[in-house]
Amino acid sequence: MPINRQKKEQRKQHKSNNMNKEWPIWEIFIRSKNGLEHRHCGSLHAADEDMAIQNARDVYTRRQEGVSIWVVESKHITASNPEKNGEMFEPAADKVYRHPTFYELPDEIKHM
Amino acid sequence: MLHEKLYDYLLHLGDNSMILGQRLGELCGHGPELETDIALTNISLDLFGQVRNYFQAAAQIKGGDATEDSVAMLRYEHEYKNTYLVEQPNEDFAHVIVRQFFFDVYHQLILNELMNSKNETLVAIAKKSIKEVDYHVDFSSTWVKRLGDGTEESHEKAQTAVSTLWRYSMELFKATETESWAAESRVGPDLDQLKSVYLERVSSILKEATLSLPEETVFQYGAKTGRHSENMGYILAEFQYMQRAYPNMKW
Amino acid sequence: MENKTLSLEEQFQNRIDSGENIEAKDWMPEKYRKTHIRQISQHAHSEVVGMLPEGNWISRAPSLRRKVALLAKVQDEAGHGLYLYSAAETLGISREELNEQLNSGRAKYSSIFNYPTISWADMGAVGWLVDGAAIINQVMLTKTSYGPYARAMVRICKEESFHQRQGYEIMLSLCNGTEAQKAMAQDALNRWWWPSMMMFGPRDEDSPNTEQSMKWKIKKKTNDELRQQFVDQTVPQAEILGLTIPDKDLKWNEERGHYDFGTIDWDEFWDVVKGNGLMNEKRLKDRNEAWDEGKWVRDAASAYADKQAEKRAKKTA
Repeated sequence: MPINRQKKEQRKQHKSNNMNKEWPIWEIFIRSKNGLEHRHCGSLHAADEDMAIQNARDVYTRRQEGVSIWVVESKHITASNPEKNGEMFEPAADKVYRHPTFYELPDEIKHM
Repeated sequence: MLHEKLYDYLLHLGDNSMILGQRLGELCGHGPELETDIALTNISLDLFGQVRNYFQAAAQIKGGDATEDSVAMLRYEHEYKNTYLVEQPNEDFAHVIVRQFFFDVYHQLILNELMNSKNETLVAIAKKSIKEVDYHVDFSSTWVKRLGDGTEESHEKAQTAVSTLWRYSMELFKATETESWAAESRVGPDLDQLKSVYLERVSSILKEATLSLPEETVFQYGAKTGRHSENMGYILAEFQYMQRAYPNMKW
Repeated sequence: MENKTLSLEEQFQNRIDSGENIEAKDWMPEKYRKTHIRQISQHAHSEVVGMLPEGNWISRAPSLRRKVALLAKVQDEAGHGLYLYSAAETLGISREELNEQLNSGRAKYSSIFNYPTISWADMGAVGWLVDGAAIINQVMLTKTSYGPYARAMVRICKEESFHQRQGYEIMLSLCNGTEAQKAMAQDALNRWWWPSMMMFGPRDEDSPNTEQSMKWKIKKKTNDELRQQFVDQTVPQAEILGLTIPDKDLKWNEERGHYDFGTIDWDEFWDVVKGNGLMNEKRLKDRNEAWDEGKWVRDAASAYADKQAEKRAKKTA
């Protein structure tokens, strides 16, 4: 029967197209309480962003650890190159005047 | 007696969640992906949480030495009020999802009604449960679409599940004596009124999922009045085993 | 003065020695990467396979409260597996490969899960002893050098203490119950004691990797040291339960300040490690089935996601 053969071919096509196709990795960021920022708490696999959010909710907020979830496909994250850590981050360590503790203020001045 | 009827109604509400939760619990460790395993277990946990609420209230009504556990585990098969739908086996993932979907849409509808119940306990339970069930509906609807509109293979399996399980759907809306009493006393919903909304919602998701309802269906009724399918005996054999083998003990 | 330039590996070890964490994109010796992939994935596989012996009793839990606690525990284990697979993946191995390694039998997982759970009391014994043993290892690992692994372990440790308490509480209920319940508890202890002792691995003299593991902070104490710690902490717990540990050589040694204990059956240990335990085959079969039968589901989700993405692209075009 021609129709059944067609469906069989379609199925075969889908099978080979989806061979070994893994769900992509998503990085999960959770805000545990309003007022705090989102923090990276790990990753998981999901086929799309809706699944990623649902999975993140099930995996990372089971103990009421969150009020907001961000999900980002890992491939969209650009990371700084650790080999360049020296030029990226060390200069800031020398410029200690950026930190408030560098300045000494008289005791009478409160809340600063 | 009012109390007897309320007790019976609580069993109606609890038994569906309980048997469905039991079926989902069987899947632990066997899901298609770890993440899905966690999601299905979450739903099972939510359902059992609801069961505990219903049956703690039921035990109070029954009095004596009744507990949530004696109510849950020590009835005879014909005393359980769950529907055929939730007894159906975990045939494959498509069956699991479609069974869940058919139940979730109904569950959401009745919980919304129960939030306006004249019975305060039911209002409280409903208010807590609706948040969980809103999520269940989201979850199962999305998966129905994924399977229906995924690959050819998933479409076939999803369609088979729909065709197999649809015959158990209308029992959800056929009121037993107790459910009629509940509607009259405004303790519970008028199930008949909810049928058309249910059909709309189910049809709409199935359409998006490129799935169709079977054309002619002979709907099955009877489980709610104690005439269960052959599945029920085996479910209860596992569920009740410890309580029956080691009677009157604390765990 | 001579200007001595340190090799990459020496610099790397210095970082670890000074308490720094190594992160995913940092340079690392290939051996470090491979060892960690093996270690972390073995740990992950253990969590996932560990769901099966306990999942075995979900449908038969004797009360609603016990049922939900057990469901939550097994779910936690799935979550732990997930955190650890994610950590392993940061080292450049895919989830698919990890599953393939487990399902083919190439990868190892903790042998304890190759024992059967044949009574409700096993749920108590497993929580009390197996999780108890695991916690000893896990606390150590929160300070391990590889960042993603350490962070996964912090998360896991927070959740793990509920597991051991739950197990011990089950034992307590049984031991405070009827004669039949107490006998059930004693029987479970009889069967799970020695396998739990085996969880700490071979004797130190038979463990070649210990030194390297200590350098990379995968281990802080040796197998025998950890095993001793486990015995010392567990014996008093058994006494409170009124149960007898099945070791006729178990005795407090005043001089050492520790418990002396009997010899492990190393033949049994190696048999089970090599795949000949009672449940080895079934555990793998279950995992293979779940993965194979789940393929069409995973493919469907991917296909659907692609279709949705296409639709969205067409709309914005």
